[in-house]
Amino acid sequence: MATTIQVTVNGKAYSHDVDPRTLLVQYLRDVLGLTGTHVGCDTSNCGACTILVDGKAVKSCTMLAVQADGSEVKTIEGMADNGTLHPLQEGFREEHGLQCGFCTPGMIMTSADLLERNPNPTEHEIREALEGNFCRCTGYHNIVKSVQYAAKKISNQEKVA
Amino acid sequence: MTNYIGKAVKRVEDKRFITGKGRYTDDIILPGMTHAYIVRSPYAHARISSVDTSAAEAIEGVVKVFTGKDIAESGINGIPTGWQVNFKNGDTMKEPPHPLLVSDKARYMGDAVAIVIAESREIARDAGDMVEVEYEELPAVADAKKATEAGAPLVHDDAPNNMCFDWELGNPKAEVDEAMSKAHHITTLEFVNQRVIPNAIEPRSAIGHFEESSDKYTLYTTSQNPHLTRLLMCAFVLGIPEHKVRVVAPDVGGGFGSKIFHYAEEALVIWCSQRLKRPVKWTADRSEAFMTDAHGRDHVTKAEMGFDKDGKIMGLRVKTYANLGAYLSTFAPCVPTWLHGTLMQGLYTTPKINVDVTGVFTHTVMVDAYRGAGRPEATYLLERLMDTAALEMKIDPAELRRKNFIPAFDGVKQAGYQTQVALQYDSGNYQGVLKRALEMVGYEKFREEQKAARKDGKLLGIGFSTYIEACGIAPSAVVGALGARAGLYEVGQVRVQPTGKVSVYTGSHSHGQGHETTFAQVVADRLGIPMDDVEIIHGDSESVAFGMGTYGSRSLAVGGSAIVKSLDKIIEKGAKIAAHKLEASEEDLEFAEGKWTVKGTDKSVGFGDVALTAYVPHNYPAGLEPGLDFSSFYDPANFTYPFGAHIAIVEVDQDTGKVSLKRFIAVDDVGNVINPMIVDGQIHGGLAQGIGQALLEGAVYDENGQLINGSYMDYTMPRADDLPSFEIDRQVTPCPHNPLGVKGAGEAGTIGSTPAVVNAVMDALSPFGIKNLEMPLTPERVWRAMNS
Repeated sequence: MATTIQVTVNGKAYSHDVDPRTLLVQYLRDVLGLTGTHVGCDTSNCGACTILVDGKAVKSCTMLAVQADGSEVKTIEGMADNGTLHPLQEGFREEHGLQCGFCTPGMIMTSADLLERNPNPTEHEIREALEGNFCRCTGYHNIVKSVQYAAKKISNQEKVA
Repeated sequence: MTNYIGKAVKRVEDKRFITGKGRYTDDIILPGMTHAYIVRSPYAHARISSVDTSAAEAIEGVVKVFTGKDIAESGINGIPTGWQVNFKNGDTMKEPPHPLLVSDKARYMGDAVAIVIAESREIARDAGDMVEVEYEELPAVADAKKATEAGAPLVHDDAPNNMCFDWELGNPKAEVDEAMSKAHHITTLEFVNQRVIPNAIEPRSAIGHFEESSDKYTLYTTSQNPHLTRLLMCAFVLGIPEHKVRVVAPDVGGGFGSKIFHYAEEALVIWCSQRLKRPVKWTADRSEAFMTDAHGRDHVTKAEMGFDKDGKIMGLRVKTYANLGAYLSTFAPCVPTWLHGTLMQGLYTTPKINVDVTGVFTHTVMVDAYRGAGRPEATYLLERLMDTAALEMKIDPAELRRKNFIPAFDGVKQAGYQTQVALQYDSGNYQGVLKRALEMVGYEKFREEQKAARKDGKLLGIGFSTYIEACGIAPSAVVGALGARAGLYEVGQVRVQPTGKVSVYTGSHSHGQGHETTFAQVVADRLGIPMDDVEIIHGDSESVAFGMGTYGSRSLAVGGSAIVKSLDKIIEKGAKIAAHKLEASEEDLEFAEGKWTVKGTDKSVGFGDVALTAYVPHNYPAGLEPGLDFSSFYDPANFTYPFGAHIAIVEVDQDTGKVSLKRFIAVDDVGNVINPMIVDGQIHGGLAQGIGQALLEGAVYDENGQLINGSYMDYTMPRADDLPSFEIDRQVTPCPHNPLGVKGAGEAGTIGSTPAVVNAVMDALSPFGIKNLEMPLTPERVWRAMNS
């Protein structure tokens, strides 16, 4: 028994019939083909599937697609602005904050939520904010630096503006 | 800029990953694709009385259910192992069959019983729950040492005492016993190097695609070595012709060893696709990954080290029971033997060494290489012995190491160092890395702080680990003599296109290591062309001629060297073409900055011109073949031997037992460095995994063989707030036997770090008289030790 949902993803409006048990992450990956959001676990611990729902970081494996009805969703594919990388995307590249890349989209989305709430976080605050996202490659060292890079860049941009 | 080697060039591959455009196996959707769900045994050991698939097959959308009986009747083989280790008496190791689906008995929790193929993942899973399997549960054994005891349940009827092999290396035991009998002091440790789970964040996935029209198969898989998977699957399991099979390992989300091996699911999706004439995709969920990915470590060890009165090591005696799991995974037999026993020399001049290993079957999932593979276990043993001995003999742990270090040698002017355990080290300067690490930590000052802190009831500790490892595996003839069933060379093809752009095909595979950047730096630098003109292609058996894949920190040392060999051939042939164009003799030319110049003149011809001429050979050297495209196999002359000094500083909370890692200093020598940013990243990641084993991680099987912490809710992996930022530095002692002088950086951090952390905790706890605790050093374990 399908339910119709209306959801805006990365600025584009969609309407789809979905099975009520479809997870939001499956909807994004299987229906919309947005495979940048990854599935790393089945217990909502790894954070690889983190996206923004109405501006807040959400693990999209913990949410049903039907719960996103009427929401505004942003995934990693929507982070760059007309080809200009988001400061977090740039930061992860500049500071070598990724290796295999599998956790990276989730890391970037969680970090986006953090910088929205706390534009100038300390190392400790960054580490605490990212404790729901596993990375097995980097030891987190350069991820912290990547977020710091982005925080600095955003703050400089705002000063200019 | 054409000078790339040694520069922290930003990674080429990042763009797709930071924009969500990576292409991992589970992202691939093929027309008509079906989805597989595997029914697995909930018991560690059970006789299978019956499997009823009728209810499952009645569900709408189910395409087919295959069982162990179908596999048995099809006549295909099981999963082979790639390494043979013999018993001490010369008998061949026990090598029981490992069917793709079992029909008679399940031998570990997660053993595959049936596979459901359906139109969607959800239907497959629903139907999987409807497959009715009748099990008769049997007694199980999960502990390696207990499995060898009389009366233990047998995993395989034809492996008495569950022994796969027994094996020893080094000096005859009698000689070691004699050396030990003369020792002034013997330090003894008995411990478990606990089982850990690799946990790449991308779960394993495989898609089998049989195309009847061309009789061709494609396997997309989360693999660290697609070519070896193809060889094993075609020649040993399914008996299908290798030239009809393409194996693609696209972007792979981490491996750490767990994706080296040929897994049953890969052969299963191909076999099912051939039967059904449709693509079949299987992706593990995390719980399934915990149960079925090959695990690492799991040694039960007794180690004794004898010293003279001045602290010089006189001998080392080691007995290890190594858990291999229920079946033999691809490299399983070599991990606790040739990758473990051969490291017992460490950095020390120990004159007599004997290491004895029993490989044991248990009712647990397979154990195989996990980051470091055997070398972390050896390093843990040696470095725990060193710090414990220092404490017992009241010698400073840094001083004890200095007394025993092998003196520096470069492998060129001074010969390599012949160990007592088969290896010959290539080059090393062990004092150097320890000296630098001590400077960085501010050792003397720390000891003063520690004293003062103790007076205030604060438990600070410092721990050392000075390690060596053998990587860049490996010389084929050597590993062949040691039981490897494959060569361990690498293949590198350099195809210069007519326009002078360069496509490079490597048999190495990147799943985070950054080959597309590092290898391009080497190629661009050597050819004197921009990096943008170089493309690195890997992970597809149809475009890359052959390959042995990425593990054992071998990509740059072996795979990079293969590319260099091809570059040399390109430059050599290019010189002939350039000489013809410049009407000069080859001997009068020099190649630099992307052009051939007649020495002492300004007459030159560029790389692009030469490339075009090679493909448009109108005015061309007589007798020279057109084209500029070379492939090389590089078989290394020796292993490479990175080494380093790691120091951990911890604080133990006396009220809760919680260990906080305050600082971690690592000075590693991985030979020459192509991209320091990437090498540092490899060290960071390695450290986190080694520290994870010390403090947080450990697979727990109960006495019934149930994996009781098989989820991220239960298995503790390092999170961002568990770790400090690392303090790292580097020393460079080039490898003398490969053209790049590189040694390998992927595993060093993991190999060195674990004992440093445990030693630091033991140092912090020394006022309590605690000398040894089992890993992971959880708050509960530490608190109980302090309060007992």
